[in-house]
This record gives sequence, structure tokens and C-alpha cells, in this order.
Amino acid sequence: MNETILLAILTIITAATPLVFAAIGELVVEKSGVLNLGVEGMMLVGAVSSFTAVHVTGSATLGVLAGMFAGVMLALIFAFLTLNLQSSQVATGLALTIFGVGVSALIGQPLIGVAYEGLPNVQIPVLSQIPVLGRILFSHDILVYCSIALVIAVSWFLRRTRAGLILRAVGDSHDAAHALGYPVIRVRYLATMFGGGCAGLAGAYLSMAYAPMWVENMSAGRGWIALALVVFASWQPSRVLFGAYLFGGISILQLHAQASGTINIPSQLMSMLPYLATIIVLVLISRDHGKIRRNAPASIGKAFHPTT
Amino acid sequence: MFRKTVLAKKLLAAATGLLLTTFSGILSADDPFKIGFVYVGPVGDHGWTYRHDIGRQAIEAEFGDKVATTFVESVPEGADAERVIRKLASSGHDLIFTTSFGYMNPTVKVAKAFPKVKFEHATGYKRGDNVSTYSARFYEGRAVLGTIAGMMTKTGTVGYIASFPIPEVVRGINAFTIAMRKVNPEATVKVVWVNSWYDPGKEADAAKALIDQGVDIVTQHTDSPAPLQVAQERGVMGFGQASDMSAFAPDAQLTAIIDNWDKYYVERTLAAMDGSWKSEDVWAGIDSGMVDFPEYGAMVPDDVKAAADVIKESIVDGSLHPFQGPIMDQNGKVVAEEGTNIDDGTLLGMDFYVEGVQGTLPK
Repeated sequence: MNETILLAILTIITAATPLVFAAIGELVVEKSGVLNLGVEGMMLVGAVSSFTAVHVTGSATLGVLAGMFAGVMLALIFAFLTLNLQSSQVATGLALTIFGVGVSALIGQPLIGVAYEGLPNVQIPVLSQIPVLGRILFSHDILVYCSIALVIAVSWFLRRTRAGLILRAVGDSHDAAHALGYPVIRVRYLATMFGGGCAGLAGAYLSMAYAPMWVENMSAGRGWIALALVVFASWQPSRVLFGAYLFGGISILQLHAQASGTINIPSQLMSMLPYLATIIVLVLISRDHGKIRRNAPASIGKAFHPTT
Repeated sequence: MFRKTVLAKKLLAAATGLLLTTFSGILSADDPFKIGFVYVGPVGDHGWTYRHDIGRQAIEAEFGDKVATTFVESVPEGADAERVIRKLASSGHDLIFTTSFGYMNPTVKVAKAFPKVKFEHATGYKRGDNVSTYSARFYEGRAVLGTIAGMMTKTGTVGYIASFPIPEVVRGINAFTIAMRKVNPEATVKVVWVNSWYDPGKEADAAKALIDQGVDIVTQHTDSPAPLQVAQERGVMGFGQASDMSAFAPDAQLTAIIDNWDKYYVERTLAAMDGSWKSEDVWAGIDSGMVDFPEYGAMVPDDVKAAADVIKESIVDGSLHPFQGPIMDQNGKVVAEEGTNIDDGTLLGMDFYVEGVQGTLPK
């Protein structure tokens, strides 16, 4: 039974990792005052690009890079349309998702039915030999470690660095930031590109580690879950991480509960559980309104017209 | 098909209207016979829709430029479907295949407005003068898989990844379990419902959960090759679904059920072209070729192959019915006496587990 619990934890980590990547990227984007609803589309394009790169070159590193690059490219389209041409962020983001679904299907046409053995696990020497803990903490594919490091880095960047402060200022009041001489558009471009890269990475994780193959629409709504996580975690990196693991954890545990055949809850209800529980828990821990107001980027989704 | 959050739901609803209605058509010179297809998933799903599209390609290969085919993929079941079907009917298509259960009402409705157009609806039960229905007895294939699983399992527990608790899926679970317990009376089936036809990540998670709980064979009624991939990685075995998935799991795929619509599609097209087309209700099995199998995996021993072949042959020659009595349900109640079979009516509305399935059926 202990072995079962251990294996379940390993599965939870795989399930949570793509959500962590996509959500932490979107968090930075939103903190800069941009709402990009195209996460799902960027994930899919990232997934297909990384799978293509792995298939053609055989290099996992190139695969990951290709996924990130594709995500950044898609984000650039979004940034140009919304930041330069002042198109509506909501509409453009939705269009980006629809575009991403279509273009990834097109690129992926020749990849259907192609197999890939998946990212190798990195056993951290010595540490991975520790019984139980070693396997839970120190023997994953490299991207799992990256996702945790990324959350810590983003958290540090937003709170402790001058650049992070500027990013938050831009997100809270672009007019004030502009008046102080900060390059609002440039900051938002960089944040949006970062978000795109993260979504691409999340996609790469899906097609290279989670379910190593390409099939159309394989993200199956995970981009939307990531978007929701950011809001319900009230824009705090540590809560995004917690939310992603909570969601992953409950999704996996309900499958285990079903497989064990001992718990008598309708499976439809079980499938709802991760969504319900994640929202309820995150709303409860973030119910301090003052804090939400302080954390929420005040000019999110608003177009910026520089008045020189 | 999507997993939605409450927040995303509204946005998605707005997006679905625009979603992915890709038209692909070939038009050639002297007025070809036009055939339209409506698909519920993307042609690249490597499962259900993919196999229907292979059927469409078989029509093209057979009739060449005498026909022109059009398909619309990823059409949501509901209001959108009616619009798409109506569009195909009004743009000169002579024969239209609607390939998902949820297209039933829209198909019947549009068919009334276009009496000259012929409609073929997959897996439904409403017919009309110009509406036929067709489906395959996939449960016959499940009986073959169950036989193999019963002979190959070492732990005596087999995992079954199921999509939605509808009769089609429940029937498959039961046919599989009955056949398995004929060769291995102690073996049981663990079922996990993922409430999705198609979510590679979730299907993989379900496979992992089942394997973690001690099953050594995983079978599935969901569409992606992800569970088989997990089986391969974990060193257990499984079965492909809808198409041959051995490329994804060469060491894990024992065999697969292949949906093979090719012959039916070609026959119906021919009938529609020469005027002999009539409204029919077709529910065909292994004998028609609609339920097909690839080569056995290399790890299947000869005696298992032979036993599986016997099952196939006796289903084809009628000496074996996958739901041949005596059959007991989970609670030990007799649902078919010795010497009787469960009839088609009960099969079409099947809502109970047979003996040997663990857990309770969600209703």
C-alpha cells in the first residue's frame, strides 16, 4: 500500500507540472496588466512544436526550446495586436486560442501515430537513494525541477527586484508608470513573451513527458485551468503552485479511489471534485478582500494609450 | 470534450461557435456524386474520427473522380451540428454520414427538410425514409480481448478505463468480463471512469492509477493511445482502441479492436449511386468486417492466439454469443438463464455490471 501511495504522489507531480508552468507564466503576464486568454492555444502550439523538434532532431533539449520558442512567437502576435494596435485583449486572446488549436492540428498532421519514449528521469546522485523521500523529491524528469525553480524565481523577481517592482507598477497603473518614465509597452511585451514561453513549456511537457505523443487538442482544457488558477490564487506565485498541486492531487486521488472500488461516490461527482475543491480552497485562503485588491493588477485588460 | 472551469466555461461557449469548422472538399469536372461527413472530433485523434475518415478515404479510392467527399471536423453535438448538416445538405451533397450519437436529432430534422438527400447516422436509433442508422457490435471484439486478458493476466486483476457510463460502454465492460471469466473464473475487472472520450493526460493518469493498484493488463474505451504508452513504460500490457496502436506500444499491445467502416461506406455509396439505397438499421459485428483486429503482439503465446481465434470464429459462425447464459449480475441475480442469450433490446439499454466487475456502476 505504501508503494501505491508513493506511485500516486509521482503521478500527481506529473499532472501538476504543466499547470504550474502555464499558470506561473500567465501570472507574470497579468501582473504587467495584460490578460492573455490564449494560454490553451500557446500550449498546443508549444506541444506540437516540441514534439516536431524531438521527432526531427532526436534531441530533448531542442524539443523543449522549440516549444518555448513557439509559445513566444504566438505571444508576440498577441502583444503586437493588443499593445501596438490596441485590439481588445479578451477577444484577441480567445482568437489566439482558436488559432493555436487550428495551427497545431495543421503542423501536427504528419506526426499522428508517431511514438516517442518520453523524457528521461534525472536521478539526482546520492539524494535519490534516500528511501521513499528520494523517489518523491529527487527522481523526476528535469522539467519538474525547473517548474519549482521557476515559481521561486518569479516570486523573488516580483517581490525583491527593482524590475519586478516596475512590472507591478505597470500592471497597477500604466499611466503613472508612464509618467515616471517607465517603458510600459516594452515591459508588457517582455511579460507577454515570458508568458508565451511558459505556456509553450507547459505544452512541451504535455507532449514530451506527460503523454509523450502528439494528438490534436491534447491539452484538453488545461490552459483554461491555468488561467483560473491565477485568479483564484489571487496572483500569488506560491498559491499558484499550491493550487496546481491541489488540482493535480485530487484528480489523481479520485482515479485511485475509483480503481480501489471501495468508495461509493458517482464517478461524475468524482470528476468534478478537483475543480470544486481547488476553487473552494483557493477562494477560502484568499478571502481577505484588502489583500486581493492589493494583489490584483489594477489596470489588467485595459488598453494603454501613451499620451506623450 | 473539454475540461472546463466555471470561469472558462463562458469564454469557451463563446468560442465554440467559431470552433474549427474546417471544410475540405475536392471538386472535379463532370458533376461527381457528392458525399459529406460530419465528425465529432479532429481527424487526427487517432481513434474514432480518424477511423471514419479512413472510411471516407476508402470511398475516394474506390470511386475516384466519380465522387467528391467533404468533411467537417470537430463539430460539437447540438445546435452547431444542425447548422453544419443543413449546410452540407443545401450545398448539393447527395449522401451525408453523421458520425456521432449526438447528431441524431439534428440529422432527423434536416433529413425531413431535404427528402432527396440520403443520410446515414452512426450509433443512433431514429430512422426515416431517407435516414439509415449503422453501428458495430464492438462487444464482440471485447469478448476476444477478454479471452486474451483472462489467459494472460498474472495478478488476476485487469484495469478498464471507461469514458461515460452509457450502455455502449457498459456493454463492452460486461462482454469483456464474461469472456475473461470463462477462461479465468477468479479474475476481476477494475473500472475507472474518466468522464471524457479524449483527454490523453487524464487517460494516462487513469492507467497509472490502475497499474499502481495492481492490474497487469489495461484496456480502454477512450480514444487516445496514452494508456497503452503508460502500459509500455510500466512493463504491463494492454489493448488498442479503435485503431492499431502498436506503434505507440510495440511491447504492450496484445491486440486491438479496429473500427472498420471502409466496406460499409463503399457499399452504401454504391447503393446511393445506383439507386438501390434504402433506409436500414445495421448493427454488424466481426462477420461484417466492421469489428476488425490487427496482428497479435509478439508476446502473445500460440495457445492464447488459438483460443482468441476460436472465439472470433465461433462468434462469426453463430455458435457463440458474447452474452450467452448463464449470466449473473454483480449482486448474483441471474440475468440470462442457461441456454438463452441477452437480447438486443437489453444490450442496447444495458445498465448493470455482470459478476466479476469491481465497484458500482455510476448512474
